[in-house]
Amino acid sequence: MRKRFSPDTMFEFAVGAVAFTGVILLAVLLLGELVLGAMPSIKTFGVGFLFETTWDPVFEKFGALAFIYGTLLSSFLAMLIGVPLSLGIAIYLAEVASSNVRTLISPVIELMAAIPSVIIGLWGIFVFAPFMRDYIATPLAKYLGFLPFFSGPAFGLSFLTAGFILAFMIIPIVSSITREALLAVPVLQKEGALALGATRWEMIVMTVLPYSRAAIFGAVIIGLGRAIGETMAVTMVIGNTPQLAASLLAPGYSMAAVIANEFTEATGDLYLSALIEIGLILFIISILVNASSRLLVWRYFEVRDSK
Amino acid sequence: MNSVQLKRKILNKVLDFLAAFSVVIALAPLISILYTVVMEGLPAINLAFLTQLPGPVGEEGGGFGNAIQGSFIVVGIASLIGLPIGILSGVYLAEYGNNRFGRMVSFTADVLTGVPSIITGIFAYILIVMRFGGFSALAGGVALATMMIPVIVRTTEESMRLVPDEIREASLALGIPPWKTSLRIVLSTAQFGIITGALLTIARVSGETAPLLFTAFSNRFYFDGVMNPVATLPVMIYTYALSPFEDWHTQAWGGALVLVSAILVLSIGVRFAAGRKYSGGM
Repeated sequence: MRKRFSPDTMFEFAVGAVAFTGVILLAVLLLGELVLGAMPSIKTFGVGFLFETTWDPVFEKFGALAFIYGTLLSSFLAMLIGVPLSLGIAIYLAEVASSNVRTLISPVIELMAAIPSVIIGLWGIFVFAPFMRDYIATPLAKYLGFLPFFSGPAFGLSFLTAGFILAFMIIPIVSSITREALLAVPVLQKEGALALGATRWEMIVMTVLPYSRAAIFGAVIIGLGRAIGETMAVTMVIGNTPQLAASLLAPGYSMAAVIANEFTEATGDLYLSALIEIGLILFIISILVNASSRLLVWRYFEVRDSK
Repeated sequence: MNSVQLKRKILNKVLDFLAAFSVVIALAPLISILYTVVMEGLPAINLAFLTQLPGPVGEEGGGFGNAIQGSFIVVGIASLIGLPIGILSGVYLAEYGNNRFGRMVSFTADVLTGVPSIITGIFAYILIVMRFGGFSALAGGVALATMMIPVIVRTTEESMRLVPDEIREASLALGIPPWKTSLRIVLSTAQFGIITGALLTIARVSGETAPLLFTAFSNRFYFDGVMNPVATLPVMIYTYALSPFEDWHTQAWGGALVLVSAILVLSIGVRFAAGRKYSGGM
């Protein structure tokens, strides 16, 4: 007979309590503290906070639009640059390269994810931003300056530079999940296409990509989540100018960057609260993005494993 | 060969080339970063840099000694908080987690791994800094622990689930009670995977800057108790990188070299050991 307070039930209860405190309570506390901290700002500015560009600590008028714009624009650029590259890398490693090359190159690509973002930012300031200004931004402004995205003076620290840096940072995770998804496609599917006379890439387009579509989409969204939340590297190269510039070559700002820069200087409760509200918005966006990507990737690999 | 076939062949080769080229593009920044960090960082590295306090503004010399010490302390505090909580939660998920509550914990941990690091900084700021009235090493440790816990939970759970049921059953058949089986048999069989996961997570958080900016803050002196602000390597690199002084930039690169070497040695070493263990059979 099982005793009511046997060591086993006590052990289960103890580790269960740790799991509850360490994970569930932590998540609740995180959200709760952010909401409480943001309350003064939410009460003062209401929904208008999201649509207001003024950020004036002196007159305590705060709006987050310029930062939301900067985060979304730089992340969008990162996707535009990083996703095709990640897809190319994943296809190369899964379908084109030999398995020796794959085991050699894969960890090297993933090494990028181990580099701290402050060091990527340091490289961004002193190496990549000057390179961007001289070899990418200036020619773009000169020859394509009639387009609104490339109009105006070309800066080294800009939305576009931030987009490139973010692209480099999301490539390891997006390409490795995509690679695993491609490797999980059943061989029979591929052989069927090849037996019909398809070339390698016709086979990839006909069978591999449609089969792994959901997981690739999930990988892209995980990358998007990373890009939206990335702080230091963006803070160091985006230029830290809150404005809604149409030009990608102009300096901007991001949600994470304004928190990093101004949090310690925030004098006055409303100022601090406005920064916390930006944090809350960032938190909610990243939770939504992450939860949806997890569901997509999970389901893909579960379906495959159950076969 | 007719022209349609030729076109298909050429397209195939072009796409092969483009795919290989995207690998090259992805490797270029990595190589450039490592090259610059070594080239710019090496001249800054000497015994004084590794052991001394930062020099006064405008004077040459001085070092990152306090920041190196501080990084060890803050990461140590984070590990003391994060590892036990993370590992025990992982034990719960692996041993008792096949129910709704378990799946909820799993999913929450997964979602928490994606929370931007700066948010954990705000969290520790409200929880510790505001409550105790100042920046502190403890607040920095709490911020980093918040980042560690979800990752440790998941790696512990996954490592323990890999332990074959036969081992569990053998232990139970010998009359060892389930709780002791979990702790002494399953956990110790899975310890290699758990330690690997813990070391990789420690490597990952020791490079974090954003959560420390307004929790551990910074300090021009050595560590002075857990309730006082403390310098850390990533924050110091950030401050020095944005300063207007040329020799501070050199020191920032020196700090970057120290940080990158430590992180890469730790994470590559761990992966190498793990690879040997897994590929070398039992």
